[in-house]
Amino acid sequence: MDQGITVLCRSVIPTRRAVGVLYTFNFAPVFENFDQLLIGAVLTMQLTVGGIVFGSLIAVPVAAAKIYGAAPLRWLASAYIEAIRNTPFLIQIFFVYFALPSVGLRFDPNSAALVALSVNVGAYSAEIVRAGLLAINLGQIEAGKALGLGGFQVFRYVIFKPAIRAIYPALTSQFVYLMLTSSVVSVISATDLAAAGNNIQLNTFAAFEVYLVVTAIYFALSLFLSFIFSVFGRWAFNYPMAR
Amino acid sequence: MFRTFGFEEFWFILLALRWTIALTAIAFAGGMVGGLVVALARTSALPMLRYPAVALIRVFQGTPLLMQLFLVFFGLNLFGFKIDPWFAAAAAFTLHASAFLGEIWRGCIEAVPRGQFEASWALGLGYKDRNVSVILPQAARIAVAPTVGFLVQLLKGTSLASIIGFIEITRAGQVVNNMTFQPMVVFSVVAAMYFALCWPLSLFAKRMERQFSKALAR
Repeated sequence: MDQGITVLCRSVIPTRRAVGVLYTFNFAPVFENFDQLLIGAVLTMQLTVGGIVFGSLIAVPVAAAKIYGAAPLRWLASAYIEAIRNTPFLIQIFFVYFALPSVGLRFDPNSAALVALSVNVGAYSAEIVRAGLLAINLGQIEAGKALGLGGFQVFRYVIFKPAIRAIYPALTSQFVYLMLTSSVVSVISATDLAAAGNNIQLNTFAAFEVYLVVTAIYFALSLFLSFIFSVFGRWAFNYPMAR
Repeated sequence: MFRTFGFEEFWFILLALRWTIALTAIAFAGGMVGGLVVALARTSALPMLRYPAVALIRVFQGTPLLMQLFLVFFGLNLFGFKIDPWFAAAAAFTLHASAFLGEIWRGCIEAVPRGQFEASWALGLGYKDRNVSVILPQAARIAVAPTVGFLVQLLKGTSLASIIGFIEITRAGQVVNNMTFQPMVVFSVVAAMYFALCWPLSLFAKRMERQFSKALAR
């Protein structure tokens, strides 16, 4: 990996003539290899969706543990959240990919990427979900019980759905941010969009053009995700506000 | 053949912490200046100023930090600058911080009650006096918590500079890991150093936020 980075940095030097503003852009090599970028973009989206699913599966129990859990469970949940939120994602993914094999947990790059992203977004979302759960009024739960709802129904309709509704904007922007963060997984040779860009760049030396197009694709993906989330939100939470 | 992780290796990583802090400080200082400009443009009544600011914020919030870093790194070269990780990283993180702080501070400026704007108009204050003596001091108070929160994000973000060859603690950690091949120890140490820097800042941000919401509740 280290060599890869060195090559990445050195490869451009001999090919660039210092031509200042007279530089002519050459997008041809980028579009000749556009299929590679699309394949990478598909993995980026897979990592994002996987991260959202597994991250949420982590976030909800952790948030519940932090509010309702016994003291040791609460500390454990806080420790996890604080440890992840106060260290860079790059270090987390190095940890998963390079350090965990020494205790017998070996992942291929793409799986390591998914694990690291899930653990990362799980901590951020747990903090958001916690805020949502705390926003639920206790009287509301009693009202649900008084209406004859069972325990699970109370959780689903009276606690979970209103809580998710309250935090929906924060949660979805966290998910968009997850998609952007996933570009970092290219450093452990996962094959996402950024890695596809790196490959094309190494073969064609059109670094700026490649990354300009890759960045544009990320931008389009983030707009697309925000759009999907807003459509889904309007459909799922299509009932009037309390006040 | 391999070195084992000892005090010398630890010291090597700890010394690299200077460059993490220096890069963060430069980007944050530059970002405060840039962010103020972006925030004022974003809240301006003139569409000519507002729309470019909106676009800038959108682009920086909608693209990965890593790509921003690559574009600046390779883009500077197009304009005849020598490829230099220091300069590229400082420029990229400054731009990144300007856009993000601009958006955060826009929210803070808009959180100042509308009546304050109207009162300063009624008093006949001009643009400069209105901002310097009425709006910005009140916005600054609201801004402390989210700004410190962003500082934590920026500090963590500087780890990406290692990818373009900037030697800070992530890079130093990689170097030591390549010598000792003890990734568990090395990356734990690096993570602990980031944590030692970020956690107090996070706690401070949380405390300020709580104080502020208490002040609002009154």
